[in-house]
Amino acid sequence: MAHFEPTIIAFVCNWCTYTAADLAGTSRLGYPANVRLIRVMCTGMVDPKYVIKAFLEGADAVLVSGCHPGDCHYINGNYKARRRIKLLKEILPQFGFEDERLRLTWIGASDGIQFAETIRKMVTQMKSLGPNEAKTTMVI
Amino acid sequence: MKTAKIKVTGGDLLATLREFFRSILRLEDISAILVPQHLPVKNVVMPTLVTDPEQLNGADPLAPVFPINAAKIVSRLTRKPMGQRIAVVLRPCEIRAFIELVKLKQGRIEEVVLVGIDCMGTYKNVDYTQIVGEQETEFTSKFYRNVLSGEEMAEHGFDLNPACKACEHPVPDGADILIGLFGVDTNNNLLIQARTSKGEDLYRNLNLSHAEEPPERTAVVESLIAEKTAYRDKMFTETSEVTNSVEKLNIYLANCINCYNCRVACPVCYCKECVFVTDVFNHEPIQYLRWAKRKGVIKMPTDTVFYHITRLAHMSTACVGCGQCSNACPNNIPVMELFRTVSFRAQKGFEYEPGKSIEDDPPLSVFREDELSDVVGIGK
Repeated sequence: MAHFEPTIIAFVCNWCTYTAADLAGTSRLGYPANVRLIRVMCTGMVDPKYVIKAFLEGADAVLVSGCHPGDCHYINGNYKARRRIKLLKEILPQFGFEDERLRLTWIGASDGIQFAETIRKMVTQMKSLGPNEAKTTMVI
Repeated sequence: MKTAKIKVTGGDLLATLREFFRSILRLEDISAILVPQHLPVKNVVMPTLVTDPEQLNGADPLAPVFPINAAKIVSRLTRKPMGQRIAVVLRPCEIRAFIELVKLKQGRIEEVVLVGIDCMGTYKNVDYTQIVGEQETEFTSKFYRNVLSGEEMAEHGFDLNPACKACEHPVPDGADILIGLFGVDTNNNLLIQARTSKGEDLYRNLNLSHAEEPPERTAVVESLIAEKTAYRDKMFTETSEVTNSVEKLNIYLANCINCYNCRVACPVCYCKECVFVTDVFNHEPIQYLRWAKRKGVIKMPTDTVFYHITRLAHMSTACVGCGQCSNACPNNIPVMELFRTVSFRAQKGFEYEPGKSIEDDPPLSVFREDELSDVVGIGK
């Protein structure tokens, strides 16, 4: 296979991880351009079907990232997100979407360095795992 | 738990059950009884809501067919307070589905007395109509005699629903009043058990003669469950094998036409309006071309695999394995096998057993602050 650049869809919360990504940028921290950030108001609004759709359309990895426990701007959205990710991690591996393709992290607004590091790590992991099979199947 | 037996006259279980239902209906605090009956028009057995004890002559809760999971009916009946109490005769999977609906606030348990009967399984709707012919209740009698004496019913060339063969809940544990058949000398007796305080209230007014549960019942039920669990586990292994990649899943669901019958038939698919019938999925025509261009070829109609995985995300923790999804599929896709295989995993992941208790919160309706640390992080 030719050179493989993974695509990562990242659902990041407005208050923490998006701000961290912004901080990474303003601090001129480099991180791979493989990530497509989707800003949401809270990880608690990430419907499981957004994640399913991303995978079926060929995303190699999906990252859901928000505020640390106890820091949620809406009090408990991140706890709800955690249950949904748990559910997806029970369902998706059956269909060949490896567990490590779906990640949930807590990255606070001041954690620009951690954000850049997370993306770097995920890209490395996906490069060794290889592309998502759904990229080439005739399924939408 | 109060236990009694009622006498079966002439070996006729149906006549005995009808008389028992009449006696329930005659109770002062029971306004109506929901029970499956043969309808006069043709060979169908559908739930009926009966207030007149004389209108129970076609009642047949032992007919091996259930065209609808009646949990949906009971949910409609109990959506709001009625100020009256009704009895509902349900299969174990219907009881478990109803308990899930109550927890999802789509039904109320306060005004129903759940009457559950040991379940001997069912045929597919279409198969049943063919097998039963003009026999109706005679066929039911033949069916329960064969099943209860341990004989196979394969003589017609039709087999029971795979969902029933894989069902590890043949006994209605969640019922207020249980009617027991397994391990009971059904030529002479039926077992009646009051399993809850609500059941005991009703039991007291029925003036039944107290009896002990037959000692052999436990062993009979255990061996039945073991047999079904073995079938179920084999089904899990096989289904898991043929759907373990997105390519294989696409093949498995290849003839899905997006009719959504499986979710209409599903008792625990709880959304009032399914997102898949909204404008969200009324894509721009050019969108299909974009997709096709990206992949070279896409299967039409689109969104079938997406629909099924999304449905799993909604109902997998609540799936009671009733098999109505497969019953409703016009293209004979073994959807029950798929949904149960994945649901079993999801339920294990949350240590949740749907329909078991009204007290256990549905996993996606609650959270704890300190939990699931294993799903957070990006590993090494």
